[in-house]
Amino acid sequence: MNLTQKEYLALYRQMLVIRRTEEQLAKAHQAGLIPGACHTYIGQEAIATGVCANLTAQDAVFSTHRGHGHALAKGVPPREVMAELFGRVTGCSRGRGGSMHLFAPEVGMMGTSGIVGPCILQATGAGYSSRLLNNGTVGVAFFGDGASNNGAFHEGLNLAAIWDLPVIFVFENNMYATEVPFSYATRNTDMAERARTYGMNGVSVDGNDVLAVYEAAAAGVRRARAGEGPTLLDCKTYRTRAHSEGMPSLGSYRTQEEVDAWKSRDPIMTYRARLLHEGIASESDCEAIDMEVQALIDESFEFAKNSPYPNPATVAEHIFSS
Amino acid sequence: MRELTFTAAAREALAEEMARDPSIFVVGEGVGARGGNFNTTTGLYELYGPMRLRDTPIVERGFIGMCTGAAMTGTRPVVDFMFVDFILDAMGELINQVAKIQYMSSGRLKMPLVLRGSIGISGASATHHSGSYFPMFVNIPGFRVVVPTNAYDAKGLFKTALRGDDPVIFLEHKALLNAKAQVPEEEYFIPFGQAAIVREGTQATAVAVGSMVRRTLEACEALAGEGISIEVIDPRTLAPLDIATILQSVHKTGRLLIVDETFAPCGIGAEIAAQVAAHGFDDLDAPIQRLNGVYTPTPYSPPLEAAVVPNTTQIVQAIRDLLAE
Ligand SMILES: Cc1ncc(C[n+]2csc(CCOP(=O)(O)OP(=O)(O)O)c2C)c(N)n1
Ligand SMILES: [Mg+2]
Repeated sequence: MNLTQKEYLALYRQMLVIRRTEEQLAKAHQAGLIPGACHTYIGQEAIATGVCANLTAQDAVFSTHRGHGHALAKGVPPREVMAELFGRVTGCSRGRGGSMHLFAPEVGMMGTSGIVGPCILQATGAGYSSRLLNNGTVGVAFFGDGASNNGAFHEGLNLAAIWDLPVIFVFENNMYATEVPFSYATRNTDMAERARTYGMNGVSVDGNDVLAVYEAAAAGVRRARAGEGPTLLDCKTYRTRAHSEGMPSLGSYRTQEEVDAWKSRDPIMTYRARLLHEGIASESDCEAIDMEVQALIDESFEFAKNSPYPNPATVAEHIFSS
Repeated sequence: MRELTFTAAAREALAEEMARDPSIFVVGEGVGARGGNFNTTTGLYELYGPMRLRDTPIVERGFIGMCTGAAMTGTRPVVDFMFVDFILDAMGELINQVAKIQYMSSGRLKMPLVLRGSIGISGASATHHSGSYFPMFVNIPGFRVVVPTNAYDAKGLFKTALRGDDPVIFLEHKALLNAKAQVPEEEYFIPFGQAAIVREGTQATAVAVGSMVRRTLEACEALAGEGISIEVIDPRTLAPLDIATILQSVHKTGRLLIVDETFAPCGIGAEIAAQVAAHGFDDLDAPIQRLNGVYTPTPYSPPLEAAVVPNTTQIVQAIRDLLAE
């Protein structure tokens, strides 16, 4: 890997922005500032960060119910994510979406979805547009282990494979779909292998290692842009908070030991240690980022909670294009 | 003036728009070299090749979801679904994604996706190739629902569908596909939300949908011999619905019958009746009546099939009953 120090630190900063934004959101949820759902990405930040660092604003990302991290990594400002969850007009979806419906096409965040599955097909469609318009962009789908058992997975992968579409399928195996273990829901948990059965490139990667994700995604994106077809990234990771804020962190499906073991492999903490250990950055480099990010989060929170609600008179606008 | 079939007229609209706009592409089973199951794309593959005439595997949810993403990223897909029954496999994509994307993105994304294909009871097609289902689409905010009934309208409405930025469900009744009508050589567009008064009359208004337009006209022709004068309205698009033209007609005639091959409950007739009752109550001299297909799956055997669709005799009787009120 030959990243500049600035690039190494940008990955650190991006993961931290996601983490701090969501910690703020979790607190806000407890304080009653979020009227609806809130699915955090805490523990999985390396994946969105490592993938999106390879994308431009023209590349189209499609995501799912656990999409805050993808939106932030694609360039949606934290203030717009927070304001959206608070139901404010300054939110990225103008208060129409909340946690599961984040839209910011101006940065290539084409939407997250409260329905598990469709993002896989839509990213395939973005790949089709790229081919037809010959504009070199890629479509990217982020989705969970649960989504991989949905028909959209089979249909999307097959179409992308037969037409060599420039699509990156980012499979985030956090081991559970709500409370259902992946090993219960499928016989073959090796998704890179499953990708290869569709005739596409499939790569397994440690989803808690931002550099590994970055590198694997870089290779996939390079292939896609070169017309060599789609790639599935099989990222192994873990969500350390509850499926959804307000639900029990452990439930009956996992143990404190398991959560703690994964917390000790926290993607941000381990990356920070690595930067220091390998002499890529100093403690003070990291601290400067820590402080800058905290200030950004504080300011974003103030912005979001002081933002106005949408005007009810606008409730039926934009159903049609005109 | 030259005459074209419904299918040829719609195909001409598609050919003109594909020549004009390279971002239009068609997906479906057999739309490539085969030219479409209903000859919807004949000759176009030779001109535009596989990227723009894309034969798909049998994957209705998949290609509709794919086209949703394509429409969000700068291209203009046309889904040629053959039979509307097949896209029931994609209802989640249609209702949760296609219809909602513009709204959820506050208009920052467009959804220029046209879904076209056949509907209707005809030719012993049996229950998985005879559906119409347009009331389900009309019920959802976000769709334009177009039901042309002749070649002239098919071309003008298809051109409008292909130029717009909204998702359009373009439904072509199988019984009408080979019917010819005059179609001018010059380019024209028919805006959505403009009903056609296909026969003028004074004693009652009959709103007819899809294949029922022709049958209702036949019924009115028969009644004209007895000096009975009925106005027939073809809404042409069900979403948006041109209720103003219907209200104006009822204002003149005082009586309303809605003839529709699809099921009565929560159907387009129920909607029209409710709107006319709300806004034209003082004009009504009799209760609003509906004549619908029988509320059952569509059977195969010709006598059974015929028994579920309103026929001309039943339409004549329904009009007589309405006038007797
Ligand atoms: C089609 C559909 N079915 C069910 C749900 C309810 N649901 C929301 S999240 C979820 C689990 C998804 O698991 P996974 O894909 O692994 O994502 P994760 O939550 O682990 O990030 C379920 C079942 C849904 N949103 N959509
Ligand atoms: Mg999961």
